Amino acid sequence: MSNVSDRIGFLERGLDMSDALKPAVHPTAGETSERTAEVVFDLQQLSVLYGDFRAVRDGTLQIRDQQITAFIGPSGCGKTTMLRCFNRMNDFIPTARVEGKVLYHGVDLYDPAVNSTEVRRRIGMVFQKPNPFPKSIYDNVAYGPRLLGVKKRSQLDEVVERSLQGAALWDEVKDRLKESGLGLSGGQQQRLCIARAIAVEPDVILMDEPCSALDPIATGRIEELMAEMKTDYTIVIVTHNMQQAARVSDRTAFFTTEINPDSDRRTGILVEYDRTDKIFSNPADQRTEDYVTGRFG
Amino acid sequence: MRLLFQGAAITTMVISALIFFVLARGAISFLVQIDWDLSKLSDTGWFPRRERFDLRTIIVGSVIMGSVAMLVAVPLGLGVAVYLSEYARPGVRRVLKPIIEVLAGVPSVIVGYFVLRFIAPDLVANIFQPTNVRNMLAAGIGIGILVIPIMASISEDALRAVPDALREASYGVGARKVTTVTKVVIPGAISGLVAAFIIATSRAIGETMVATMAGGFDGSGPFTGYSPLESGLTMTAAMTNAVGGTDQDVGGASFEVLYFVGMLLFLITITLNVFGDRLVKRIRHRY
Amino acid sequence: MALMTPSRAGEAAAETVRAGITKKDRDVAGIAMLIGLLLAMILTLLALFALLAQVVSESASLLSARGLDFVTSPIGSDPDKIGIWSGLFGTIVIGVMVLVVAIPMGVAAAIYLEEYAHHESRLNRMIMVNIRNLAGVPAVIYGVLGFIIFTQWLSPITGGKSAIAAGLTMAVLVLPIVVITSMEAIRAVPSGLRDAGYGVGASRWETIRDHVLPYAAPGILTGTVLSIARALGEAAPLIIIGAVTGLLPETSLTGFFSAVPILIFQWTGRSQPPNSEFAFTESAAAAGLVLLIIVFFFNAAAIYLRNRFERKRSGQ
Repeated sequence: MSNVSDRIGFLERGLDMSDALKPAVHPTAGETSERTAEVVFDLQQLSVLYGDFRAVRDGTLQIRDQQITAFIGPSGCGKTTMLRCFNRMNDFIPTARVEGKVLYHGVDLYDPAVNSTEVRRRIGMVFQKPNPFPKSIYDNVAYGPRLLGVKKRSQLDEVVERSLQGAALWDEVKDRLKESGLGLSGGQQQRLCIARAIAVEPDVILMDEPCSALDPIATGRIEELMAEMKTDYTIVIVTHNMQQAARVSDRTAFFTTEINPDSDRRTGILVEYDRTDKIFSNPADQRTEDYVTGRFG
Repeated sequence: MRLLFQGAAITTMVISALIFFVLARGAISFLVQIDWDLSKLSDTGWFPRRERFDLRTIIVGSVIMGSVAMLVAVPLGLGVAVYLSEYARPGVRRVLKPIIEVLAGVPSVIVGYFVLRFIAPDLVANIFQPTNVRNMLAAGIGIGILVIPIMASISEDALRAVPDALREASYGVGARKVTTVTKVVIPGAISGLVAAFIIATSRAIGETMVATMAGGFDGSGPFTGYSPLESGLTMTAAMTNAVGGTDQDVGGASFEVLYFVGMLLFLITITLNVFGDRLVKRIRHRY
Repeated sequence: MALMTPSRAGEAAAETVRAGITKKDRDVAGIAMLIGLLLAMILTLLALFALLAQVVSESASLLSARGLDFVTSPIGSDPDKIGIWSGLFGTIVIGVMVLVVAIPMGVAAAIYLEEYAHHESRLNRMIMVNIRNLAGVPAVIYGVLGFIIFTQWLSPITGGKSAIAAGLTMAVLVLPIVVITSMEAIRAVPSGLRDAGYGVGASRWETIRDHVLPYAAPGILTGTVLSIARALGEAAPLIIIGAVTGLLPETSLTGFFSAVPILIFQWTGRSQPPNSEFAFTESAAAAGLVLLIIVFFFNAAAIYLRNRFERKRSGQ
């Protein structure tokens, strides 16, 4: 797989990367995927507020196509909050609002003309806890395609099979598609949720700590799956698990919290965003180094 | 202390036993009074003083008024529940929910008054031109108004018991709100919604004052068929009317039919409630 | 794509994406749904407001003409002179009986079921199921029970068809509600609080008295208040046990009795005698207004208590 050799290339040349906070604007020679891969998300000074409380502030970073980007950091640092801006899931929290911009292929997602439902069809999400519908495995996967108006049984069968294969679940469930999705194991449920997300053929998949409720073996399956899915999707994953970020991601953003002097509440900030190998081997910021070496958090 | 508390808990069992005993004893006494002549229970119409106790008359009356009530209460109660649980902003909900609870607190006798003074003469009579201003449609609407808050509150609990994770999952694949509500939330809450329906039905059948005041017959009447525009008699109205005035003779079949009908009503409502309760529990276990 | 420069590729992609995600398709089903739900909400509110408007408008002239006289006059046959005093007396007795009989007993049963009983034991499970069933038994059937037990079996104590008998019947009627709401309130007490009590060597009863009940008190009070409101508004059981609207001693605990809901029931059905200024239905409306004010007062108190209680909890 080409992206594997890319990654090895990164590791070899890792130390002489230029300042990654302006990634790929002036790419280093030889960084083919960095240079040609499109910028999918371009965050400009993004803050999320709940009422008057600023949960996370000044997120500026770019996320590129066909890469896995990991958000790491201690609890409460706003990484999930920021992730949920990428497909406007924060819309459902009545007090939440954003400042700054989230450009998706150059289009501001919070532009009033943007149809948030269409956004979510293109930018899928996998959640922290597996949340299959209390429906059959088949109906879980077919839910999205049916929304898009696919009615023909043969077409649906095809999408369901393809999606379950894409989520590496097909072989385990192909004989019991009519059984409830809730009857699967935790890891299988999460892969079912991934199948449900990819059934609408999104461009991007957001994963909010997808393995936090799973055992190590199930986690391993999901991680393998992510590496395979990378060729087709842009993936952004929030994780508590630093090893996971190091194993699966191409780029990593480290968030932390700072105590707001006025209110004693914690606001999340983006500390550093760079290639994963650099974040873990030679971070630019002391706070990142403290976190990845386990001295903090 | 413990014994005292346990005594109080066991008293509730005693109450149930007494209800059953009192009704069963009275029902048997009634049957003895009519010499076990069961044909009297299917005679024409409900004329207790002439010993004609056509059960069909009062059961059909209860079913018609109960059905009208549920036709009012299901769409309105469910609509209120879905609105409050899924659509209303927290501020709006904080205002509307107590208002619905106020409606739940309106005594049924006042709803009976409201039916006789407004719904029957000004609404039903103007639109449908029934033969009698007091009819089963008007009474049924009144019972429906009484039952809306029960329907709404149990349904809302069921809807809110559906985890947000499922709503998010639906939005996450690009579903709209209406799709999420109809395809995920309502199916997820279905057993609770059915329970709300069953418990509300039980309440509608057991509702007494509106049926007594607005049903149209004062204690006796013929079987009027299945049109809600006719006057009718419910089981509950038959019971209050059996007691009649203030100085009635206790005893005699026309009085003791009270127990027989009470037993019937008790068995019907208890069956519905047990069934509804099971469903409520099922939704609690699910999530 | 590799042949395009990143910026050109980006612009082209931005165009297609923009076209895709700014698609304006009207959400017809969503709008229809919202209209339907709002309609249900509005019709429900309308029913409530129409009811209130009817009661207020029909009682207005009578109450403005007679004022407090209507509250303090006894019942009778002249609609220009009648009042609700006799009924109010019965209603107050019912409220007091519920307070002194149903509340202590219901709370005691709830304490037993939540704090002492083994939840797995067959007997206790039966008690629980039974209480839920009792809560669903129609009020009119409690009337039959009260008629036999309180006006016949216990007539030496209650005096037969009396306000005491009515109060006891209503106490039995609301008992399951008191038990269920009190159990919910007690169940909401964090178990850490109990451990804190046992941890300093308190007995079970001391722990309940000093830690559990104070914490659960607002919730229990809410249920209590609601059950009193329910008891004051019920009419059907009173008809069965023999409430009267004719002549009766004004304030007797053990003699003939009436209650405000009974007056409303009777007056609503009575036609206006000739030569009288007011109709019986106006008296019914006025009595209804008084009853609504009483019941709403209790309901409002319950809602207020519950909101304060919830806010306190969420603040912790």
